[in-house]
Amino acid sequence: MLVLEKLQEKFPEEIIETGESAGQTYVVVKREKIFEILKFLHESGELLFDHLADLTAVDWLKKKTPRFEVVYNLFSIRYKHFLRVKAQVPEEDPRITSVSSIWKVANWFEREVYDMFGIVFEGHPDLRRLLMPEDWEGFPLRKDYPLSLEPEQEWQGLVELKEKARRLAPFDWYQRVPGERGPSEVNEEAKEG
Amino acid sequence: MPQAVEIIQKQKNSDQWDEPYLVNMGPQHPATHGVLRLFLELDGETIVRCDPRIGYLHRGVEKLSENLTYSQAMVLTDRLDYIASAANNVGYCLAVEKLMGLEVPRRAQIIRVIVCEMARIASHLLWLATHALDIGAMTVFLYCFRDREWLLDIFEEICGARLTVSYPRIGGVRLDFNQKIIDELYRFTEEFPRRIPEYETLIDVNRIWLKRTKGVGVISGEEAVNLGLTGPSLRGSGVRYDLRRTRPYLIYDELDFEVAVEYEGDVYSRYRVRMKEMREANKIIRQCLDKLAECEGEPVIAEEAPDLLIPFSKPKRPQPAPHPKKGFLVKSVEVPIVPEGEVYFAIEAPKGELGYYIVSDGSGHPWRVRIRAPSFVHISALPALSEGQMVADIIAVIGSVDIVLGECDR
Repeated sequence: MLVLEKLQEKFPEEIIETGESAGQTYVVVKREKIFEILKFLHESGELLFDHLADLTAVDWLKKKTPRFEVVYNLFSIRYKHFLRVKAQVPEEDPRITSVSSIWKVANWFEREVYDMFGIVFEGHPDLRRLLMPEDWEGFPLRKDYPLSLEPEQEWQGLVELKEKARRLAPFDWYQRVPGERGPSEVNEEAKEG
Repeated sequence: MPQAVEIIQKQKNSDQWDEPYLVNMGPQHPATHGVLRLFLELDGETIVRCDPRIGYLHRGVEKLSENLTYSQAMVLTDRLDYIASAANNVGYCLAVEKLMGLEVPRRAQIIRVIVCEMARIASHLLWLATHALDIGAMTVFLYCFRDREWLLDIFEEICGARLTVSYPRIGGVRLDFNQKIIDELYRFTEEFPRRIPEYETLIDVNRIWLKRTKGVGVISGEEAVNLGLTGPSLRGSGVRYDLRRTRPYLIYDELDFEVAVEYEGDVYSRYRVRMKEMREANKIIRQCLDKLAECEGEPVIAEEAPDLLIPFSKPKRPQPAPHPKKGFLVKSVEVPIVPEGEVYFAIEAPKGELGYYIVSDGSGHPWRVRIRAPSFVHISALPALSEGQMVADIIAVIGSVDIVLGECDR
């Protein structure tokens, strides 16, 4: 494949593995020069991967080392070729360079990966939590994160909400204020009128 | 809400009138099409900064899928884009089938194309209805809902559900079409092209509509690609990128239809693209119905499709199947049906490119399911589309990129 040849020519040191899965080519690279590699793929006239279809991460807990893989699914609208780039990120130092200056769409993708996996994107303009509340603890899509939390681990916001619901439960929402007309009386009046 | 309180405090304490004014829009706002919250920084009526906040509908579909079997996780995809759930199901099934290397019978493929295009029309109708309502055209809303109701009735006839259909299965579809459905679809495809001009006469040359949509939320094709816009929102900027043509799946390469493209890049051209697409979708359904007649009586689900009652099991075994009533109680047995590997499969959903990135470790359930939702990307593009515009235009811009928060938050 032309893309892989070009990539191997330009970055022979960085490529760890290439292969194919379900008919799609992938390449595993070291994380240090991920920005340069993706910039090359984006700007090189013959490759022109202008569409970052997807950016995500996979947690390979107890299956592979290094633990994390950041996955870039790239597509070229003009040349119609597809490439998946996977960068390995170790557990001890979950950091990788941000590519949001190449594709603006990567901005939120990276925020989501940070939110869900705790991988820090260096050089990202605005790295905050995206889907989870700002004061959430832990990274939910990591494999060692439980599917449901223990009661004492619950998020503070939910604890407060439950407490409020418990406090308001004895209150009768349909309680009649003395002297005020209820719905049935209004109906009757309407019929008479 | 502590942030809102903070903002009010800050504004109370400030003496300077030329400071940007912060407005919190949503999450309970009818024009945000769900629970989207926008932080708007205003200078007079001009938007200086727009900061969308999402996550109010986050249900953890990706995490849940990892703990379910492949067949069970399909049901969750209904709840993403609940306006066009059939397209979500088809996308997921296609991704898993590609990973399995499973060949789907031709009749099932045609049926899938029909339900996808029905979902597209239903989605675009709802989009037009709410978009017009946001801008102030009430009548369109009623006309669109009348026709969408017809489609939902057909969906009900097909599979028993109106919105969350769960109709496709890994390896095919659940049931074959009966004659009644085919007759009704023929009737729909006859009638629908006459309905589209009805909406168009209401708004196409309406002076208010044109003032609100022309030259609003303009984005160039190059920037739209960089921002990740897909679907009608991208084609409104003149980029001919339609996955049905670029990377054909199912039987789209045999069908005769045009890719709708407009070149202005504003709200109005995105509206025109969707109107054209409805016509094309109608054409596709018509062609598929003719093709369906050619393969009458063929199976609609592959022989090797995983058994649903025991979702993990491979081909049906010679021993008698468990009693149907016990189906819900059968504990799933882990028999791997999907080999090790990974796939990124995207389809042209009504809202844009809907991609599924599925990683399998060879066990009974997926190791990772990642959903690339078009609405997520479109909301992330909102600041670029709306900054520098008037505050009233953000309603038109939100409407024009067609978002569903169920899909965005997942």
